[in-house]
Parts: sequence; structure tokens; C-alpha cells
Amino acid sequence: MAYSDKVLDHYQNPRNVGSLDKNDPNVGTGVVGAPECGDVMKLQIKVGDDGRIVDAKFKTYGCGSAIASSSLATEWLKGTSVDAAAQIKNTQIVEELSLPPVKIHCSVLAEDAIKAAIEDWRQKRAARTAETGARS
Amino acid sequence: MKTPVYLDYSATTPCDPRVVQRMLPFFGETFGNAASRSHAFGWTAEAAVEEARAQVARLLGAHPKEIVWTSGSTEANNLAIKGVAEMYRSKGNHLITAATEHKAVLDPMKHLETQGFEVTWLPVDRQGHVDLDQLAAAITDRTILVSLMAANNEIGTLHPLAEIGALCKRKGTLFHTDATQAAGKIPLDVEAQHIDLLSLSAHKMYGPKGVGCLYVRRKNPRVRLTAQMDGGGHERGMRSGTLNVTGIVGMGEAARICCDEMAVEVPRLRALRDRLEQRILAQLPDAVVNGDPAARLPHLCNISFPYVEGESLIMGVKELAVSSGSACTSASLEPSYVLKSLGLGDELAHSSIRFSLGRFTTEPEVDFAADRVVQEVQRLREMSPLWEMVQEGVDLSKVKWTVH
Repeated sequence: MAYSDKVLDHYQNPRNVGSLDKNDPNVGTGVVGAPECGDVMKLQIKVGDDGRIVDAKFKTYGCGSAIASSSLATEWLKGTSVDAAAQIKNTQIVEELSLPPVKIHCSVLAEDAIKAAIEDWRQKRAARTAETGARS
Repeated sequence: MKTPVYLDYSATTPCDPRVVQRMLPFFGETFGNAASRSHAFGWTAEAAVEEARAQVARLLGAHPKEIVWTSGSTEANNLAIKGVAEMYRSKGNHLITAATEHKAVLDPMKHLETQGFEVTWLPVDRQGHVDLDQLAAAITDRTILVSLMAANNEIGTLHPLAEIGALCKRKGTLFHTDATQAAGKIPLDVEAQHIDLLSLSAHKMYGPKGVGCLYVRRKNPRVRLTAQMDGGGHERGMRSGTLNVTGIVGMGEAARICCDEMAVEVPRLRALRDRLEQRILAQLPDAVVNGDPAARLPHLCNISFPYVEGESLIMGVKELAVSSGSACTSASLEPSYVLKSLGLGDELAHSSIRFSLGRFTTEPEVDFAADRVVQEVQRLREMSPLWEMVQEGVDLSKVKWTVH
């Protein structure tokens, strides 16, 4: 299978590989996929007080396109607002990386990972607000 | 060292230069049709075809008249399986094969199922072996053919041909073996191993692509087949079509070289393969060698690398021409059915590489390949959430995954 130059670039020089502290209240973690399907993505965001994503990291088990999709996603996430991040669509990833039809599921997984990370962060925040509310 | 390093000899082999030299005249001055009986052009071609037939027969311990030329193993398997099924239908409608056979056996069998035949698909154990008691129990008086490969193309596991052949003979059913991967690598003897039908392909043994043959036993018992290609009645009526004289001459020479050099070449290949395997395992102790470590093709190894995915691994080792045990690269996104049949967990079935060495493989190439694979596995593990979880002590089998 021929990979696009952008997929190859992300695969060979993945951006933002690594992990953030998942217990940090400002960090949202999304883990999607399954080993039996051949891909698992872990995507993490760290959100500042102004609702902007100050850092994003990923780790991916999967094919080159899955690695590239998650690497690209972290690039797009950094510096953007949580609300804007929630609007990222898999089709934008497909377009940017020129993914062939058989690799579209990689982009879907990346979108799911973003949404899962945001959801995790929102739940943490809601829990914290409830806690603070209960105390006052 | 020239890259990419070719370690995919089980997919295909280059023609041996001696094979090419032997073939060249048959593209030019010696161009006759082997079926032309009325002039010297035909006689010369026929003589060359008969010499090749004898060379291939020698590789199998067969009589030259028992060799039927085909376009390759796929055609030979189709001819054997469908040809027997049609010819012996009045005797029975039951055939037996195993889950790990090549598609060129599985698909003709599936086709027969749509035509009213019954097929028993034997399971295999963790090393890729069928249970011979289970095979014996599956054979009934309606069984007309057992088809089990000599050596598996993905993991290299060898079936005990002599035992299976003796069992089939005792039970009175025909035995076909796809020996595409085994030819020239392990001794084949259709008499000692009681083989009734055997498929070969030239391009897996340093001959050209597009030519192969089917061995069809002539006596004890005489095997009859319904032709799948009708026409001029070539090849004793079993396979019509003008013979590919050039290709056949190449296959004959390829078989001769295999016969003459096997005793030296096989130990050399085994030593190189073991070197590759040990060098990888020494650096990645949790890598898993698939198949039977002992009863295995000497030039092949299939290794699973847990926590990294096969397609990305192959993409990373672009200086190596190897193939993935995972069929992801063929766009099906399914892990290898052979590895799944062994009962390998998905994370192992998705993470394997088949290395197959050959006549032109060198020691520096093997060392280079081992080190590149190790480097890449280590790089991908740093990127792998599964590896991270395992380092944190998480049991992956207990994780609730979001299956998509």
C-alpha cells in the first residue's frame, strides 16, 4: 500500500508522543479501540483555566495511518479551545492525510479519541465543581 | 549491502541465473511446439519438456509420466481437488482439509461445498498440527480426498506426510498435498510418503513464474481426474493447452539444482534462520516464535512482537522486504487466519512478521535485518499504549476495550 508523504512524515517523526499525568484534574484522557481490531489510541489533553488546550499527547498501537491520524490530532489540539476541538471531524483528518478508503476508520478513531479525552476532562471538571459547591 | 534486503522468499524467489541460461534458447531458436509431431522443431521442444519432466520427477521420487504441467500451484490444487471430486463423485462426496491450508486449497473446497460436496475443516493445535486421531476419525467410506499441505506458507509447520499418507492408504482415500513451500527444502518422496497427488510451483524454487505441476499417481492406485481445462488433450488428457516449453525447461533446471544442492543448502539456510531468530529473541525476549520450533521449514520464521502492530512495523523496516502475518496490508484489516487458527490472541496475530530466507541471503543481511527489526519494535513500543499499560502492571485481557 502506498502511503501519502504526510502519513510517512507523521509516522517517522510523530509529534507529541508521550503521556500526561492522568490524575491531574486538568488532564482529560481518551482511550479508544481494541487490540483485536489492530488499533488502540490513547489521547490526552491538558486544559488551561481559559478553556484552551495547553498540551496534547498521544500513544497509538496501530498501523501507520492510525499513528499519523493521532499525531496530527495532537498538533491540531494544541492551542485550540476545548469547544473548537470538539468540532474536529474525521473527514478533515482524511483530507489532510489523503487517507485511502480502507484507512478511514483510523481517522474515525482519532475523532473518537478527541471526544473521549474532552468528555473525561469535562467529567472531572463537573465533579470538581460539584465538590466545591457542596463545600460552600 | 544492497537495500531493501529481500527476506520474502516464501512469496517468490528470483530465477537462479543457471535457470535463466537454460531457458534463453527456448525464447528464440528453439521455439517449437512440443505437440508438433511432424518436424524437428516440435521434437526438440518435446525432448526438452520430457527432460524437465524427469528432473521434476526426480525431486519427488516419482515417475516422469506422473507429472502434469500446469500454470502453477493454484491450478494444480484446483485440478487435484475439483478433478478428484468430479471423477469420484459416485464413490463419495466427502473431502477433508485443514483450517490453515492456502487459499488455493480452501477456496476450491468451498466451491465444492456449493456443489453438494461435504468438507471437513480440521482444526490445528497451537503449533499448526492436525490431530491424526481426529483425521482418522473424520475419514468415512464416503471420503474421496484428504488434502493437507506439506509445509505451511505462513508459519512453516511441517505436516507428517508419511504418517498421513499411510493413514489415507489404509483407509482407502486419496491423499493430496500442496508442497509448494516444501519443495527443495525438505525431502519429498511420493512412494515413502504415500502421496497420490502433489502440487508444485516453479517460482518458489528459483524457477520462473507461471509454471508448476501436479504429480498424479499412476499405480497403486491409479488416480484419475476430470480435466478442468478441455482442449487438445495434452498431458494425458488431464490438462489441455500448448505447453509453456520455456517455463517448463526452467522448472526442470530449478528442480535439478534443488535436488543436487539441497544437502548443502538446507543446513546453511537453517543456520542463518536460527541466527536471525536468536539475535532477535536475545534483544526482545518477549517476542514469540510461531509454529513448530522443530518440525518447521528450515528457511522460514514467523515471529510475533507483542504490543506493536504488524503493518506499522513493516512500514518502519522499509529497508527489509518481509511480509506481515497480519493481512492488514491486503486491505482486509483482518489478522492472519492461519495465526488465528493457532489460537493466538489478537494482539499477537496482529503483530507478526514472516521472514523467509533463500539461496542468495547472506549473514550480514540477516544481522542487519534482526537489528533493524529490534530497533523499530523498540521505537513503536515507546509509542504504544499497550506497552505502557503492561509496564504499569495492567492485565490487557481484563481491560474493557471499545470494540469498533
